[in-house]
Amino acid sequence: MTTVAKIFETMEYGPAPESAAPALEWIKQHDNGRFGQFIGGRWVAPAEGVYFETINPATKAVLARVAQGSKVDVDAAVVAAKSAAPEWAALPAHARARYLYALAREVQRQSRLLAVLESLDNGKPIRETRDLDIPLVARHFYHHAGWAQLRETEFPGYVPVGVVGQIIPWNFPLLMVAWKVAPALAAGNTVILKPAEFTPLTALCFAEIAQAAALPPGVFNVVTGDGTTGKFLVEHPDVQKIAFTGSTDVGRIIRKATAGSGKKLTLELGGKSPFIVFEDADLDSVVEGVVDAIWFNQGQVCCAGSRLLVQEGIADRLTQKLRARMEKLRVGSPLDKAVDMGAIVAPVQLERIRGLVEQGVEEGAKMWQPSWACPTEGYFYPPTLFTDVSPAATIAQVEIFGPVLVSMTFRTPKEAVDLANNTPYGLAASVWTENINLALDVAPKLKAGVVWINSTNLFDAASGFGGYRESGFGREGGREGMYEYLKADSETRNAEVGMRNDTVGVEKPDASSPHSAIRVPQSDLPPIDRTYKLFIGGKQVRPDQGYSRRILGPDGRVLGEVAEGNRKDIRNAVEAAHAAAEWGRGAGHMRAQILYYIAENLATRADEFAARVGRAEVDGSVSRLFTYAAWADKWDGAVHHTPIRGVTLAMNEPVGVLGIAAPEEFPLLGFVSLFAPALAVGNTVIVVPSESQPIAATEFYSVLETSDVPDGVVNIVTGSQDALIKVLAEHDDVDGVWYFGNAAGVKAVELASAANMKRTWATTRNRDWLDPREGEGREFLRHASEVKNIWIPYGE
Amino acid sequence: MKAPTTSERLRHVVAVRPASTEGRNPGMPLDLDVVRALRVNRSAVERRAATIPTRRTVKKEWQAAWLLRTITCMDLTTLQGDDTPGNVIRLCAKARRPLRPDLVAALGVGHLDITVGAVCVYHALVPTAVAALDGSGIPVAAVSTGFPAGLNPFAQRLEEVQASVAAGAQEIDIVITRAHVLTGDWPALYAEVRAFRDACGRAHMKAILGTGELATLTNVARASMVAMMAGADFIKTSTGKEPVNAVLPVGVVMARMIREYEMRTGAAVGFKPAGGIRAAKQALDWMILMKEELGDRWLRPALFRLGASSLLTDIERQLEHFVTGRYSAAHRHPMV
Repeated sequence: MTTVAKIFETMEYGPAPESAAPALEWIKQHDNGRFGQFIGGRWVAPAEGVYFETINPATKAVLARVAQGSKVDVDAAVVAAKSAAPEWAALPAHARARYLYALAREVQRQSRLLAVLESLDNGKPIRETRDLDIPLVARHFYHHAGWAQLRETEFPGYVPVGVVGQIIPWNFPLLMVAWKVAPALAAGNTVILKPAEFTPLTALCFAEIAQAAALPPGVFNVVTGDGTTGKFLVEHPDVQKIAFTGSTDVGRIIRKATAGSGKKLTLELGGKSPFIVFEDADLDSVVEGVVDAIWFNQGQVCCAGSRLLVQEGIADRLTQKLRARMEKLRVGSPLDKAVDMGAIVAPVQLERIRGLVEQGVEEGAKMWQPSWACPTEGYFYPPTLFTDVSPAATIAQVEIFGPVLVSMTFRTPKEAVDLANNTPYGLAASVWTENINLALDVAPKLKAGVVWINSTNLFDAASGFGGYRESGFGREGGREGMYEYLKADSETRNAEVGMRNDTVGVEKPDASSPHSAIRVPQSDLPPIDRTYKLFIGGKQVRPDQGYSRRILGPDGRVLGEVAEGNRKDIRNAVEAAHAAAEWGRGAGHMRAQILYYIAENLATRADEFAARVGRAEVDGSVSRLFTYAAWADKWDGAVHHTPIRGVTLAMNEPVGVLGIAAPEEFPLLGFVSLFAPALAVGNTVIVVPSESQPIAATEFYSVLETSDVPDGVVNIVTGSQDALIKVLAEHDDVDGVWYFGNAAGVKAVELASAANMKRTWATTRNRDWLDPREGEGREFLRHASEVKNIWIPYGE
Repeated sequence: MKAPTTSERLRHVVAVRPASTEGRNPGMPLDLDVVRALRVNRSAVERRAATIPTRRTVKKEWQAAWLLRTITCMDLTTLQGDDTPGNVIRLCAKARRPLRPDLVAALGVGHLDITVGAVCVYHALVPTAVAALDGSGIPVAAVSTGFPAGLNPFAQRLEEVQASVAAGAQEIDIVITRAHVLTGDWPALYAEVRAFRDACGRAHMKAILGTGELATLTNVARASMVAMMAGADFIKTSTGKEPVNAVLPVGVVMARMIREYEMRTGAAVGFKPAGGIRAAKQALDWMILMKEELGDRWLRPALFRLGASSLLTDIERQLEHFVTGRYSAAHRHPMV
């Protein structure tokens, strides 16, 4: 029987290989497979002469030898980036747009080489690199060519950050190059990129693309190496920003390493994303969704839908369908055009997956794998489904980063949300239901930066991507992503003026010793004692320890006694703030009404406050409250233009519970300028007021009490600012901390924040709070917000 | 026409023929709870459909074998107002010998006796086709019930089925009343299809849903399920006369309904996409869809047919390319 006749009976697929030859030839052309660093627009041998091997995980064959970046190499790259920065930043926007456009075109011209190279180095199927990774890379550069063109008009008052260090992972090697490099260059920064040691080849190929696009030398540099190379980059004093995508553990190390350094930081970290299936979902489509969620890229996806949450009544049916589908998945040579899954990137990752699966079985979950066998010559792992998993199981909690799905059931939408949010992570979520009411009710309740309705793993340059909680902070893509590579030009101005605590400081127009202006009515009687408590949960409460601190005026006269708050007072305040979370779910109009009312009640007592802090601060505070009352119902999100039939909603959500250390000076206006935007967006706050001048804030208790502010929305704890803000920064149930203080405090806050990856806005920068250009506006609202992108495909 | 020899007759008994290898679909009582609970998410289905041609492919010998298999699943069709005995006889000759003998020999598949799955014509041409295919074992399918709109008086539609069966059609492609679907009148649709099925008797019935006129994929799913409950042996996408004919998203939904129905009843119902399938590549996409969503049983003519006419020529060209390494031309292959 001939082959054709035989196949006619068996109807098997047969091999469909993509040739590796052009990519292998490209590697060979480079010093017979030995790559140096790309610094200042040319290839440079590593200073210490050390190289490491990168392998093809599907065959274990060595693909190339790549330079191990030393401190000398990183220094050289930073020097190159730094010297290229002024000229690159000074280019007209249109010129940078042309470069980004050229990068997009060149990526498209080299698309097949890049796709094959990526598949060889990473082990992912050629179908994915060809149809998803590389087209998204080109798309990212086209989109950001647009932002480059529009930067000056769309981001007035903003300038590039400067020299940016970018450290990327091995799961989407070239796509992460694009996500990092495109916005950085579009904004006018220069870049040092450190690709993952397992998968450096496409980044090196991209260096040639940068050459082909005639990018000026030093604007884009690549230094390869392992974690130590990354460390040199993170710790380099001339790097103004670090952007990192990778594990939460490494993200935490980077957060600590950069604490107090003044470096801007974005982290895109791990996840354990929920995939929620309600009983009215299209179950056959759900099955394909699961395939795209957890068996895409061998499950090595930070936003993989790895926790399947199924409504109890349909769980068995769905499991049955999933198993049938898993039998049909094909694992094999990544260069075969007809496989669904390729190889796991490296033995260490394969061992981790195996170990966690074994642990899952040991802990009593039911494991299922299809009947067919994986190839044995490379690092392969079959699709795996766990059922009967409890939320307490290790496999339900830790990120496996492999093709392993754990399934749990829920009874009600509320329980689905609770289970979904029962994780330290918050990267992405999928919601499957044919009921739009249910979908749009659940999406905002999920702690996730991206929510896909009836879909999963959709990405686009126009939509922001990034996490909540320990999945990191910052967004990549869209307008929200551009801000991560820009800073307000006033920051530059103030840096020149000098840091806070300098005697130069900022002139206060009405600073003529306001404290002495308090006029006690002439009387022979002694003044009535003023002892201020704490303001927690809408009540004035005594401090836990019963200590107080004496507040003196500039002339040494006693102005009053304020409570000495401690850890327990902070704990109580955080609980009160959480209990008030309804504040963020209400209408913006309602929050506006209350902010106006606060302003009104402050204005009524303007003279009294003016006697303490001066007229200018009081007037400024009333105006500021009006500003954020105005914003409360205008802080609109956006509808992004992503290439789906549907809408992608970028919703501004409150960060949650914010701890705020108000600036020392401007005891009233500084305090108001921070809590008001936080409230406008819907956060609840714990404010630690000016340590030396807290009485403006403590007198404010009664303003809040008379303004219908719901209990717990604003909590005020007086005392040692650095001690109290540290407790807030260490508190795992506080979502963000703002700190306007000294350098030591900034460092302490940023260090402590690493534990739960809370968002921090910590600065020593001096602001002129009276100037609305510096003291209010979108910058404050952005810090008070998380952008959640909700993808809603439609069509009947 | 030459009468077949005994050995040819015997071979036809041995050769795989649709009507004999899969049982009929007995149908089941209309279960409205099942029908109304069906949910289809169009965007998700379209994503699935879009990756069917990109997730799987067949090359070289495999492609040749798959194309040969496609020929055996083809309902070679002519449904034109100007059909005459002349062009139908020509079609039938092509149905018997769909490939040039030199290609058959080069592929080494002479012993497989490759013919198309059926010849599909209007009622008036059934006798011509039956005579022309005599002894080949190739069944004649007749489109019926007021094809393509299906809006003739009900009694006439039933009579038409019976007349075609009496004229020798072994397969009847009926059309449903789309209005029943668009108004959600599932009992009416069920009764109609059930009546057609009864009228078909021993002939296999394919229910044409006219998906291009059903507005939504949820309607496609529900109409598929009702037609199967009413005893359709095949469900078929289109008449070929609607503005949108066989497209993959519709195929995904119908295949999934067949799977669902089999799970509930154990009965395997066939699937026939028709209309607009002209390229070999398209045909392979449909085959891949069958293999992925339903399984290898649906790669046989007993459970899978492609309604087509010009498709055959493109398949012949691709097979010649496989054999010679040169791109072929339509005029090198005997016309349909």
